[in-house]
Amino acid sequence: MASILDFARQGSSVGVELERKPSIWERLHIDLPLLCGLVMVLSFGLMVLYSATDSNEAEVRRQFFYILLGFCVMFGVAQIDLRYFRQVAPWLYIGGVGLLIAVLLFGDSAKGAQRWLDFPGLPRFQPSEMMKTIVPLTVAAFLARGSLPPRLWQIGVALMILGIPAALTAIQPDLGTALLIGVAGTFVILLSGIRWKLVFSALMLGIMAIPALWMFYLADYQKQRIHTFLDPEREPLGAGWNIIQSKTAIGSGGLYGKGWLNGVQSRLDFLPEGHTDFIVAVLAEEFGLVGMLFLLSLYLFVIGRCLYIGAMAQCNFGRLLAGSLALTFFVYVFVNIGMVSGLVPVVGVPLPLVSLGGTSIVSLMVGFGILMSIHTHKSPAY
Amino acid sequence: MTDRYTFKDLQQERKLFLSRLIIGACVVLVLIACLIARLAYLQITQHEYYSTKSDQYRIHIQPVVPNRGLIYDRNGVLLAENKASYTLMLVKEEAGDIEKSLDVLRSLIELSPEDEEKFYTRLKRRAVPFSEVPVRFNLSEEEIAAIAVNQFRLPGISVQAQLVRHYPQGELMAHAIGYVASISEEELKTLDRVNYAGTDQIGKMGVEKVYEELLHGTVGYETVEKNARGQIMKVLDRTDPIPGQDIVLSLDSNLQKAAVEALGDFRGGIVALDPATGGVLAMVSKPSFDPNLFVEGISKADYEKLNDRVQTPLFNRALARYSPGSTIKPFIGLAALDTGLRTREHTVRDPGHFKLDGSSHVYHDWTWWTNRSGHDIVNLEKAIYQSCDIYFFDLATDMGIDTMHDFLYKFGFGRNTSIDIPQASIGILPNREWKMRTMGEPWYPGETVNSSIGQGYTEATPLQLATATMLIANKGKWRQPALLKRIGLDGPDIEHKSTIPDIELKNPDDWNFMTEAMAAVIHKGNGGYRNNGTAWPYVVNVGPMPYRMAGKSGTAQVVGMPADYRKSSKSAIPEKFRDHALFIAFAPVEDPKIAVAVFVEHGEGGSGVAGPIARKVIDAYLLENGQLKPEFMPAPAPSLISSLTP
Repeated sequence: MASILDFARQGSSVGVELERKPSIWERLHIDLPLLCGLVMVLSFGLMVLYSATDSNEAEVRRQFFYILLGFCVMFGVAQIDLRYFRQVAPWLYIGGVGLLIAVLLFGDSAKGAQRWLDFPGLPRFQPSEMMKTIVPLTVAAFLARGSLPPRLWQIGVALMILGIPAALTAIQPDLGTALLIGVAGTFVILLSGIRWKLVFSALMLGIMAIPALWMFYLADYQKQRIHTFLDPEREPLGAGWNIIQSKTAIGSGGLYGKGWLNGVQSRLDFLPEGHTDFIVAVLAEEFGLVGMLFLLSLYLFVIGRCLYIGAMAQCNFGRLLAGSLALTFFVYVFVNIGMVSGLVPVVGVPLPLVSLGGTSIVSLMVGFGILMSIHTHKSPAY
Repeated sequence: MTDRYTFKDLQQERKLFLSRLIIGACVVLVLIACLIARLAYLQITQHEYYSTKSDQYRIHIQPVVPNRGLIYDRNGVLLAENKASYTLMLVKEEAGDIEKSLDVLRSLIELSPEDEEKFYTRLKRRAVPFSEVPVRFNLSEEEIAAIAVNQFRLPGISVQAQLVRHYPQGELMAHAIGYVASISEEELKTLDRVNYAGTDQIGKMGVEKVYEELLHGTVGYETVEKNARGQIMKVLDRTDPIPGQDIVLSLDSNLQKAAVEALGDFRGGIVALDPATGGVLAMVSKPSFDPNLFVEGISKADYEKLNDRVQTPLFNRALARYSPGSTIKPFIGLAALDTGLRTREHTVRDPGHFKLDGSSHVYHDWTWWTNRSGHDIVNLEKAIYQSCDIYFFDLATDMGIDTMHDFLYKFGFGRNTSIDIPQASIGILPNREWKMRTMGEPWYPGETVNSSIGQGYTEATPLQLATATMLIANKGKWRQPALLKRIGLDGPDIEHKSTIPDIELKNPDDWNFMTEAMAAVIHKGNGGYRNNGTAWPYVVNVGPMPYRMAGKSGTAQVVGMPADYRKSSKSAIPEKFRDHALFIAFAPVEDPKIAVAVFVEHGEGGSGVAGPIARKVIDAYLLENGQLKPEFMPAPAPSLISSLTP
């Protein structure tokens, strides 16, 4: 742990130094520590991906292309002044909700769920993925209009803002993404200083609603996942297969791992989805606990830097948005690693920045672009 | 925009936010710690457990099935081999829509509803994802080609080769060789599970069953690394299996073919033995069946055909027991001489009928049914070549059943004397004790009379008759019938040591006497009615015969025939009541090379039907282009010069 903190401290001191004498990075609206963290996570991720795809260079090259695209998007977004985000947030939101409705009406179905939208001339994309960024943006913009902590009616409106797209996503059905959209918005509310009394009552209500949810809302495959999570051995060759295999991969990796490209579990196809949602099992098998600690340190550094950006932000909008984006990013990391190691039920969440998949990387990079914008566009009046 | 903020307590708001942010950061740290704890638990505490588990998934020790030994006949003709058979396999995870795949397959190859049903059963039972499930066995070349061409439409479907037993001679040797088929639950209980790991077929009958141990070989092992699809990625270690031994049988497939042809349209059984070794030269049971049907798992329709109640192709007539009829007479005749009850010169007057003292039942000679007379004055020789029943009825009353039993037992009746034909019936050789034991009744004198002409309780298999005949040819020297000639195509011949004491007659010349009497059955001719050997008109008087043969006919009544049929003309008798025809023979008389027993089911004439069949069999073995084969030519008398040479 000490090394992680050292690392984090070093990183932040670099940031402070940069702040003191306005450098080329600041003028380019780039936060160098965050950039370095991202580059390291992405490089490590590519390396793991190469092994996880069974040395498939074409796949890795494609992923590399998406990463480059993601960086371009990030640089682009970082150039935009924060105030502009506040202004366009409602319009982005309305557009996003419109697209979600469009998905329900005209969407492409894949694996029994309608998630994709196919515009002629544009790459296929998932509007729900965009909403993960748009929802906190909108909620933050809304709450930052008034003073903190927000009043009850403001909280009600904020909940509606996050509830509508979450509900639209949930009926696709894509419960995982819906929850993440909800979580991203909820973080904004929590950070805005809502009273704990309210938080706990909501929590109690939620817990009480679980049986009803189980009986009336959850689909069979979702119940199955929870069953499997509670007892994977129940169906070792069916639904439990993935989780048993991933735990075996992680456990057999040991402290130092079997070495890069030597992961038997994944390379012998025992591990399904080894290059997407379960990629962390490949990493844990090949690089061991040491490798996992390294990855977690990198993530922690990125998250820490994002939280720092939030703390240093000049306005409530920036603070709420930065904090929410940082925590949401952490939720991705936690849920994915927790799921693969059998700590939480299987939810289709990729490991951020590492799992194969263009949409996920580009939308994450949009978020980091916003963070860089928050950090580098200091309002001179403030 | 900034002026809106001027009304807020900015400092307070920032503080509130920061406190929340710090709580958030703490939660992040706690949860990261949870993750690390979880990972440490899996990767350090549980490392050993998961390491072993990981190895178990990928490292498989799998048996390598030894190739089953081949079976040859004495001339090196292949009787059982292992042929590559092609099986259609499907991997569910790769195939996608199975119904669609089956639709495509149905248009390419023959796929019966039964095949599909079995496939779905296997699919349900499979244990590991990505494992291959057989869809259909035994694909033809055309079907393999059809699948190869359409491979792009058939994801997850492949054709795999494996070795499967094949009997190139088909029906010819089915009863002798038997067949292999899937191991049954019952067999699994007693099987050496280690050695049969991976083997799924086992000898069910005949040589395949008796020599299972020799033919099977010893299992080998392979340590392999497999992926989740069950595909072998790497062989880490291998212990080669020891293949089963090839074996050579004493059977002669040419002779077997000749014997099958000689039977013509009749059902029946033929056994031919080599008197020098006891080796079984031919073992025919007609009708026969195709043993290959069983290897691939016989279909219901085929199995029903094999269970036809009249034809009974699965029933081995060569090893089943039947009344021997008059073929028993030479052995009883020898008993009469050896016990001193009769001399060669002793005569009996045969009026065609016989009555026991104090009994009203009249026994008739077979001649009575043809012309209401007997053989008149008969000695033992004539009683053999004319097959006089009255002579033996008279003899039987003096001999008694127990003496008869004990003497016949020495010839192998009433027991299985074979080395490697355990499935043969032991027949029935009755005596007082036997009757009391099985029926709880005392022996009646009339039953001795029936037994003396091979009727009544007495039953023997063609194998037993051939064995006893061989013993006359060998002058009492025992050779136990055996199918196995040698192990390995080039191995030395196995000498099966006989555990049965040779038969020693008080006067060894009685062997020659009986042999000549049996030769007279065949060769005594042109003497007029009632003076010819019974088989002469059918066996000799049909064409040149460059060797001498000794034989005896037998015509056995079928139990259960209504009495009035006996008086009616032959063609009026329904087939199932017609007499069985039998014939025993050996040749050449001077130096016997082959002993034969022929049983013709409902053949009616021992001499007329079974006799010519026996000759055809012996001809096929001894002759080549109508002449004795060189190896059967009598050895030239040693010349003076050669006997002087050291």
